[in-house]
Amino acid sequence: MASSEEDGAVEEKENNNKKKTKSALATAWLTFYNIAMTAGWLVLAIAMMRFYVQKGTHKGLYRSIARTLKFFQTFALVEVGHCAIGIVRTSVIVTGVQVCSRIFMVWFITNSIRQIQNEESVILFLVVWTMTEITRYSYYTFKLLHHLPYFIKWARYNLFIIMYPLGVVGELLTIYAALPFVRRSGMYSMRLPNKYNVSFDYYYCLIIVMLSYIPLFPQLYFHMLRQRRKVLHGEVIVEKDD
Amino acid sequence: QERAVVFFEVEILDAKTKDKLCFLDKVEPNATIGEIKSMFHKSHPQWYPARQSIRLDPKGKSLKDEDVLQHLPVGTTATFYFRDLGAQISWVTVFLTEYTGPLVIYLMFYFRVPFIYAPKYDFTTSKHWVVHLACMCHSFHYVKRLLETLFVHRFSHGTMPLRNIFKNCTYYWGFAAWMAYYINHPLYTPPIYGEQQIRLALIIFLFCQIGNFSIHIALRNLRPPGSKTRKIPYPTKNPFTWIFLLVSCPNYTYEVLGSWLGFTVMTQCLPVAFFTLVGFIQMTVWAKGKHRSYLKEFRDYPPLRSPILPFIL
Repeated sequence: MASSEEDGAVEEKENNNKKKTKSALATAWLTFYNIAMTAGWLVLAIAMMRFYVQKGTHKGLYRSIARTLKFFQTFALVEVGHCAIGIVRTSVIVTGVQVCSRIFMVWFITNSIRQIQNEESVILFLVVWTMTEITRYSYYTFKLLHHLPYFIKWARYNLFIIMYPLGVVGELLTIYAALPFVRRSGMYSMRLPNKYNVSFDYYYCLIIVMLSYIPLFPQLYFHMLRQRRKVLHGEVIVEKDD
Repeated sequence: QERAVVFFEVEILDAKTKDKLCFLDKVEPNATIGEIKSMFHKSHPQWYPARQSIRLDPKGKSLKDEDVLQHLPVGTTATFYFRDLGAQISWVTVFLTEYTGPLVIYLMFYFRVPFIYAPKYDFTTSKHWVVHLACMCHSFHYVKRLLETLFVHRFSHGTMPLRNIFKNCTYYWGFAAWMAYYINHPLYTPPIYGEQQIRLALIIFLFCQIGNFSIHIALRNLRPPGSKTRKIPYPTKNPFTWIFLLVSCPNYTYEVLGSWLGFTVMTQCLPVAFFTLVGFIQMTVWAKGKHRSYLKEFRDYPPLRSPILPFIL
């Protein structure tokens, strides 16, 4: 019947319009998000440089930028949501692991173990993170605006080659420095006997976390290397089938 | 007058490289995929039939062993694509291994074998009677599972990939050790509400063990020996099966809601609660999948049923 055909066509058009609005909304949100994050990490970078230039030392630097760092790094959790609902085509697990390791460092190491806040290793990973994030978020911003300067693309897919390992070194040294303080204070730990019949030792947990870098870091690093080959050299990667 | 039999020719190509791996001529039209797999195995002895995936399309679904050649959409020269599924291990072997581990491991903690707790506790027993009860329940549960694997279950797949046994055993054995460590610990704290709590937990546990077993028997009776047929399960005379009215996979319902929840309440141990939660998530995923395939396969599937929790999930 003619009228039901029309209805079908109208419905399809409505669905297409819904899809277009959704993707326009997603693009608008992602553009805003990436601009905001680029700005945030730029602010962090500038604050860090100003502190060092003015005070001539890195002692107290972490305290001065702690709030801004916690805000922007924690906000990055929404990126896991982006992958989950599909507006960003990256694996939820890869993003999840990366964001969680950052959250862990910021909230469970540097925020809660004040004695290590002036360690040089903290400055090391802060510098690495800042450089990496500014490059990454500006890359996404320019990509969404369809105006990607080659040097941003170059930076995104080349700087990580030294940044990633340096960041890992900074993080591991920081956790290692924190160990004696954790042991002495017994923080985040629970001993027997208790009514839940469970125990938890944050000290040994941290040791396991440090060991977990061994299998996890190479996987993430090689994932980035594969992305690099695909993007910069247009290589067709044959993925391993399941 | 003799009936002319049209023989088929079968060529098997590698699904990824499209190389010709095998050519079979004079294949009976009523040959099954299973028989073709055996013939392929003869020319490639490293690929036993269980690890062969034969399909019509390189990226398509695997054909079943029971599919008959002449009923497939192929010409008299059939082209199949082969994928190596990797080393396979039988379901029975996997189940027996993954269930024997927890049984033995828990007992090692129960008897306080050396090097687990402080040396002064070696080979001592707990002073709390709930710890003895918990050991009996845990052991009973896994003995039941082992016996069901040997005598009750009828598996639709013969094998699974070899790497699954490592994954599964890590999960079962790891959790068993973690739970057993705390329940049998010298500093274990018995349930707050004492005897009442333990009694209630035991009743729930036993009720659901019987329920779970009843479901396994009902499912077994749906399927004649040696067959892989699938039918809709319905409530039987056994009241424990009446839950089929509301749920597609009541064996999982009984397992989680009853046995493991009961065990958690009985031992009041957070690791047990955690194990129950993880198991619940996994079984919900399985139940949803099973429910979906029931709906796809049977037009007249009862609409009132939920996958695992009545009306909720």
